[in-house]
Amino acid sequence: MPPAKTEQSIAGSIENVGRTTVAAIEEVGNAGGMVVESFYWLFFGPRLRQPVRADAVFVQMMEIGIYAIPIVGLMAATIGVMLAIQGIFTLRLFGAESRVTIGIVLSVTREFAPLITGILVAGRSGSALAARIGTMKINQEIDALKVMGINPVRFLVVPALLATLVMVPCLTFFSDMIALFAAGLYVKADLGLSLSAYQEQVIDVLTVDHLMHGLGKSVIFAVLIAVIGVVNGASVKGGAEGVGKVTTRAVVQSISAIVVTDMVFAFVATRT
Amino acid sequence: MTARMPDASTEKVIEVRDLVTHYGPRQILKGITMDVRAGEIMAIMGGSGSGKSTLLRHLMALERHTSGTIRILDRDIDSLGIKEMIELRKRIGVAFQSGALFSSMTVGENIMLPLYEHTDLDPKTCEIMVRMKLEVVNLAGFENLMPSELSGGMIKRAAMARAIVMDPKILFCDEPSAGLDPVVASSLDDLILAMRDAMGMSIVVVTHELESIFKIADRVTVLDQGEVLFIGTLAELRAHPSERIQNLLNRRAEEEVMNPDEYLDRLVGAPPTGVVTL
Repeated sequence: MPPAKTEQSIAGSIENVGRTTVAAIEEVGNAGGMVVESFYWLFFGPRLRQPVRADAVFVQMMEIGIYAIPIVGLMAATIGVMLAIQGIFTLRLFGAESRVTIGIVLSVTREFAPLITGILVAGRSGSALAARIGTMKINQEIDALKVMGINPVRFLVVPALLATLVMVPCLTFFSDMIALFAAGLYVKADLGLSLSAYQEQVIDVLTVDHLMHGLGKSVIFAVLIAVIGVVNGASVKGGAEGVGKVTTRAVVQSISAIVVTDMVFAFVATRT
Repeated sequence: MTARMPDASTEKVIEVRDLVTHYGPRQILKGITMDVRAGEIMAIMGGSGSGKSTLLRHLMALERHTSGTIRILDRDIDSLGIKEMIELRKRIGVAFQSGALFSSMTVGENIMLPLYEHTDLDPKTCEIMVRMKLEVVNLAGFENLMPSELSGGMIKRAAMARAIVMDPKILFCDEPSAGLDPVVASSLDDLILAMRDAMGMSIVVVTHELESIFKIADRVTVLDQGEVLFIGTLAELRAHPSERIQNLLNRRAEEEVMNPDEYLDRLVGAPPTGVVTL
């Protein structure tokens, strides 16, 4: 009965689209709920004698921020040199390579430092958060926390969220400095501009507004990384294979969300 | 046989009335009514899919039910706010089937966690209490090991130590002897009895190990397909006329009824009638 089969297949496809849409909306709702619940425990936890422990936040800050310094520094330096190379190449077409500093400063602080830092933290810590929560869920460790009267959001999510909120902007600022310095070294080597002259040009061009544009983005990236990691970890099904799937999903979703948010933020911020 | 036998007049620490729960459209628990008395060991038994683990998750307030009531230590768990629920949970201990020890913490840190979170005791006192609880479960000196360095039996003991660290009124044990050799399983049963006698707590044990049930339980609840088939003492259980209960006790599986032609088809590989997908 071919017509019946076709109808069934169309109905099945529509049903799949519906299910996927509902699941996506549900996931966004879960993420929003997670943020609200996190702030509830942050502010009202002490009243319930369930404060967010400073030592747990500190441990997460070390993990997310301090231990990421080498790789963030290396990538920031690479991006800085890359921008200098491309900037000089492009401006040389017009004989304006001496004006490369302005391009480097704006690109690094407004775009590349927050973007590369966000992507690195998503790959490093967002995935680790999803894997940790996913593993704890399948090992019944989340249930164990609940039955002990320890709220898992307060115990696991809030420290990670706070740590990313503090450390991603800090790492972004660190990236700014390293990328600008590395770019300066390349400019000196290629154009023969002294580092002190380069520094003066950077100070002339760099404003608080440019820095805050990048740091503001990084705060949003931090929330995205933590929430996407947690929501994916909490949605784990099955055993070790399930943990692998949600970890991959968390990284892909975080990076996609960071890139899209970056574009939207840049569009909105440059028009206000 | 156990030392004490709480009778019907004893205070009830858990009261379940007409508990119904669904997973999606499927009804899992179909009107469960049962009590657990103060100081008794209640075993919940049943075959696979009988609903015993689901019932336990409801008793631990980990799942929301469709209808019915659950009162624990005289509190209706549906009416509790966040603060009251935290207070109630402090008076309940749970030893999970897998142990559910936090793999990033040492055994000592695992056991200390509830004390650290719910009391103002100084770290030195907490350490002493942890050592005392490890002594109770015969794991003295193991506080600095990681869970991954423990055997299956030791993990269950450490989980028991964590479950009793706040001196709970009720202890839930999910399949305490599952996956253990008979000697270790028997020693865990002895530990459960000793904890009840020493600490006077009520213990709910979900298990399908008959040896364990006959050794530790004061009363037994038998579940079958989401319904209570039997509640009573061990003597009443042994003497019960129901064939299903006797089958459970004698470990007889329900015989599969199969048409001889169907059986032959299966043997010779006749084509399936329905669509099979991976």
